[in-house]
Amino acid sequence: MGIDLSHYLVLGAIVFTIGVAGIILNHKNIIIILMSVELILLAVNINLVAFSTYSGDLTGQAFALFILTVAAAESAIGLAVLVAYYRNRGSIAVEDINSLKG
Amino acid sequence: MYELIVFLPLLGFLTAGIFGPWIGARGAEYVTTGLLGVSFVLSWIAFIMVAGGADAHVPIGNWFTSGKLVASWALRIDTLTAVMLVVVTTVSFLVHVYSIGYMSDDPSRPRFFAYLSLFTFSMLMLVTADNLVQLFFGWEGVGLMSYLLIGFWYERPSANAAAIKAFVVNRVGDFGFSLGIFLTYQLTGSIAFDQVFAAAPGLAGKTMHFLGMDWDAVTLACLLLFMGAMGKSAQFLLHTWLPDAMEGPTPVSALIHAATMVTAGVFMVARLSPLFEMSPTALSVVTIVGATTAFFAATVGLVQNDIKKVIAYSTCSQLGYMFVGLGVGGYSLGIFHLFTHAFFKALLFLGAGSVIIAMHHEQDMRAMGGLRKELPVTFWMMMIGSLSLTGVGIPFTPIGFAGFISKDAIIEASYASHRYGAVYAFCCVVIAAGFTAFYSWRLMFMTFFGERGDWSASLPANAHDDHGHDDEHGHGDHAAHESPLVMLAPLAVLALGATFAGMAFRYLFIGGGYETFWRQSLFLGQENHILEEMEHVPALVSALPTLFMLGGLVIAYYMYIVDRAAPKRLADEFPALYRFLLNKWYFDELYDFIFVRPAFAIGRLFWKGGDGAIIDGFGPDGVSARVLDVTRNAVRLQTGYVYHYAFAMLLGAAALTTWYLFGGTM
Repeated sequence: MGIDLSHYLVLGAIVFTIGVAGIILNHKNIIIILMSVELILLAVNINLVAFSTYSGDLTGQAFALFILTVAAAESAIGLAVLVAYYRNRGSIAVEDINSLKG
Repeated sequence: MYELIVFLPLLGFLTAGIFGPWIGARGAEYVTTGLLGVSFVLSWIAFIMVAGGADAHVPIGNWFTSGKLVASWALRIDTLTAVMLVVVTTVSFLVHVYSIGYMSDDPSRPRFFAYLSLFTFSMLMLVTADNLVQLFFGWEGVGLMSYLLIGFWYERPSANAAAIKAFVVNRVGDFGFSLGIFLTYQLTGSIAFDQVFAAAPGLAGKTMHFLGMDWDAVTLACLLLFMGAMGKSAQFLLHTWLPDAMEGPTPVSALIHAATMVTAGVFMVARLSPLFEMSPTALSVVTIVGATTAFFAATVGLVQNDIKKVIAYSTCSQLGYMFVGLGVGGYSLGIFHLFTHAFFKALLFLGAGSVIIAMHHEQDMRAMGGLRKELPVTFWMMMIGSLSLTGVGIPFTPIGFAGFISKDAIIEASYASHRYGAVYAFCCVVIAAGFTAFYSWRLMFMTFFGERGDWSASLPANAHDDHGHDDEHGHGDHAAHESPLVMLAPLAVLALGATFAGMAFRYLFIGGGYETFWRQSLFLGQENHILEEMEHVPALVSALPTLFMLGGLVIAYYMYIVDRAAPKRLADEFPALYRFLLNKWYFDELYDFIFVRPAFAIGRLFWKGGDGAIIDGFGPDGVSARVLDVTRNAVRLQTGYVYHYAFAMLLGAAALTTWYLFGGTM
């Protein structure tokens, strides 16, 4: 039994679910949320690359590279926001970040 | 000329009212007084002309026309109007002059003089009215000015309360008056006096269905109209506003609440004599109400301590006399008493004003005494007024003070009358004559005789302090000073009238000159011979008022000069009766209980229950509260936690995907 497309998709789904669970269930650290976002992006990349190989179309792999680039930039911005926020409020615990409360 | 008489005071009002800030207090005084002076001179000329037979009808313009209802502005000048013109302009002019002195330290004099002039204009419109609606215009005009002038010192809560009370009580009467006008229009198809009077004889025996009963239509109309007169002339049951109206400045009391406005009811009944003459029942009611008022007000006047209140109850009582005169059919008797009363009551009020100024705005007679030496002129003026009011004269001769001639004529007429209720009226007015003498002399003795402070023992302990708070003169200086000439001169003129008006005009008003003097302005029915009959009453009846007057004088002299402890002993002897009289038969308390408090309760019910709970509760307040509830719940969704938003987003994405994938197939 070889490794076929469904295995990649299952892996992608598992990684995606872990990422989502990380965002929703994590109440402690905002950095973990950022990491979870990265995981979700990775899950998408796995899917893209898997489908690209499966259908013999390189477009998907090229797209994955772009996503990696954008994810890197996004992480950089996210961390920068985080640092600025920490300087302002002295905490990056998720529980404390509720300025949007109505 | 007649237009000038009526409209010059209006011009004075406009000048003083609008340009008051520019022409200043002095200018306002001169303009209004000067214009009224012209009006006053012209009125006497008009009186002489009309007495000579020159009735006039001066159309001014159309007011409104609605179908058959035509109301026009016109001046109806006949003898009755001419008499009223003379009374109104004379007293008003003298009061204007007097006010220059009396109000000299008041900051809002232009307003005061503007009000006085507008009042005079309204009163002149009333007495020259050609139809019921114009009469009503003047009627309401004087009511408004009465309200404004009672509340002239609007910083005082008591003045405002008195002004509102006067206005509200008058509305009760005016409600009846307007119903009477409606009914008269419905019966006769016109509001113009000429047409109404022409149609009046045809109304006899006509009935109308009202409140489940058949009423004599004319009687009903007359009673409704008389209700207006009761309100304006402060008759029994609707009298409560008049004593309170003394909160106004004293010249106002003299002009409005003694000489002119309160006599509007008497004038109205006399003016509508062709209508009233059709209804003996209504005239009986007039007689009985008048007699009751004369008696009731005199009893209350016996024990009052405020100098103006005593004169106010006296006015109320004298108005009762006038209505008795009207009620027994002697319309000219009522008008004659109105005429003489205007002189001596205005004199008494202005004299009282002079005393009040001299006493530094003290009105309680118990704080006075011995003023005869300090205020000799005022004393003699008040003396003439009191002699006239109590009816001093020589019985069986037409010689005496003005009040003697007019009042005794009414008393004799009430004896001679065969009208239902006339016996009751006779008893009331004779006893009231004795009471009148008592309270008048009590006033004179307490104020002018004895020594200052003779009566201060009976003053309430703190009354003096309460009084002094808003009084810039203070009470340190107790020396009384005589008033300036500008205040004494009007007193002198009024004193002349109070002395000689009765003797001078008796022949024209109620004597042999009756027919040629009054002509068509007063109507007497076929069977009405009251003026003849009153000449043939027994000698005892003619002498009776004088005897009662002397009795009142002797008792007052004994109680207030000879044995000064007597009043207190008497009050202690009959405490219930004394309190009953002192509290004015408890009318204020009764009305408070029957009308005022239930009205407040109903008002509060509608305010709190109807408006607050129901309308606001289900209306604006309820809607806004529900909106707030919804938003409060919506706000709770916004926790501010990132993971909540993420979760909501995920749910949304899942729902969207589900719908996208399976939506088509379902």
